Amino acid sequence: MGQFTFFDILRNLLIATQWTVILSLVSFVGGGIVGGLVLFARISQSGWLRNLARGYIELLQGTPLLMQLFLAFFGLALFGVAVPAWLAAGLALILWTAAFLGEIWRGCVEAVPRGQWEASSSLGMGYLQQMRYVILPQALRVAIPPTVGFSVQVVKGTALTSIIGFIELTRAGTVVTNATYQPFLVYGLVALIYFCLCWPLSKASQVLERKLNVAHSHH
Amino acid sequence: MGYQWNFDWLAGYLPILLKGISITVELIAVGAALGVSLGIACAWVRTLGPAWLRPFVSAYVELIRNTPFLIQLFFIFFGLPSLDLQLTALEAANLAMVVNLGAYSCEIIRAGIQATPRGQFEAGKSLAMTPFQTFRHVVLVPALQRIWPALASQIVIVMLGSSVVSQISVEDLTFAANFVQSRNFRAFETYAVATLTYLVLAIMLRKVLDGVGWLVFPRRKA
Repeated sequence: MGQFTFFDILRNLLIATQWTVILSLVSFVGGGIVGGLVLFARISQSGWLRNLARGYIELLQGTPLLMQLFLAFFGLALFGVAVPAWLAAGLALILWTAAFLGEIWRGCVEAVPRGQWEASSSLGMGYLQQMRYVILPQALRVAIPPTVGFSVQVVKGTALTSIIGFIELTRAGTVVTNATYQPFLVYGLVALIYFCLCWPLSKASQVLERKLNVAHSHH
Repeated sequence: MGYQWNFDWLAGYLPILLKGISITVELIAVGAALGVSLGIACAWVRTLGPAWLRPFVSAYVELIRNTPFLIQLFFIFFGLPSLDLQLTALEAANLAMVVNLGAYSCEIIRAGIQATPRGQFEAGKSLAMTPFQTFRHVVLVPALQRIWPALASQIVIVMLGSSVVSQISVEDLTFAANFVQSRNFRAFETYAVATLTYLVLAIMLRKVLDGVGWLVFPRRKA
């Protein structure tokens, strides 16, 4: 019977970490794209579209991510196809991320002073031109720190996908624990790996916030 | 799609779901009360407390905020027995929620304390109050009032996050839903009901916390 050395444990965990990273990237990029749509719906001139976006955001922010994962997993199965865990995990995380990013970005767009809308409108710009050349470039600067900050939540959120059977870092931690009977060491290492993924993002968010604020106050 | 919706099972399993709701409510009641208390203590250390304690509190806050709650839970429930600290599942869940909320609320409350005008500290000092008395009687309540909405949001987030305690066999609402769907084979309907229940709980918790804020902070902004 083979024995797990410390190196074996670490290597297995790091292999699984790749999937945590990949799922985080997919969720963040996909959530960013869908979140952009949510943003445009949330600030659109049509009332029903605004309400729809608000309902979407409230629903996804007001319910546990774990429930959303279960609903994606069993909901997709209703279509009569076998659902791989990665599909349900990716879908749920993208929709969840989109709700949060959409709401964060709405705050950033609304932080652009009204006069900017009026000025660009008086220059004869259409809605899309206003967005493209005036509003979004200014909103972007405000948006970067909280967006980077939210990426930490996405990385941590991927841990829940272990519960619906996606094999990533947390799942690997459980599997390795069951093989080695060393929960203290294994979960300690798992926590450390998550920390190494998340902490730089947290720090980057703080540094960006300070830098971009300084630039702002020089005007 | 030709799927036949079925909610007939709901009445029969209502007691189980209600039991689960009561555990979830208990978890967040204990978690919020002790977690915010821990957060206040940590915020005090990080702003006004002894300098030698600050690195420890900072490390605690950073460590908790940058790791998933699920891992914190597993570490406490499965890992701590290695240190001869054997907890029941419910105790472990309570402890994990307190530790988690403590770290987040520390950062929120710290922001509230740091927004206190200098003059308030100086006024306390000129009345011969010790720094701790100034904190306790002058600074703390307005600081909490300032950040109460953010703190309430965080408490709601922790309540929603508590759904993962079912993974260490705490019989909360998610555990009840898992149990029910294993009996009625109506997974989607069961989790839809549980999800809506969480939504209602979140809205109610928000209202309760707004009410607490209204009662505890009677002085309106001038």
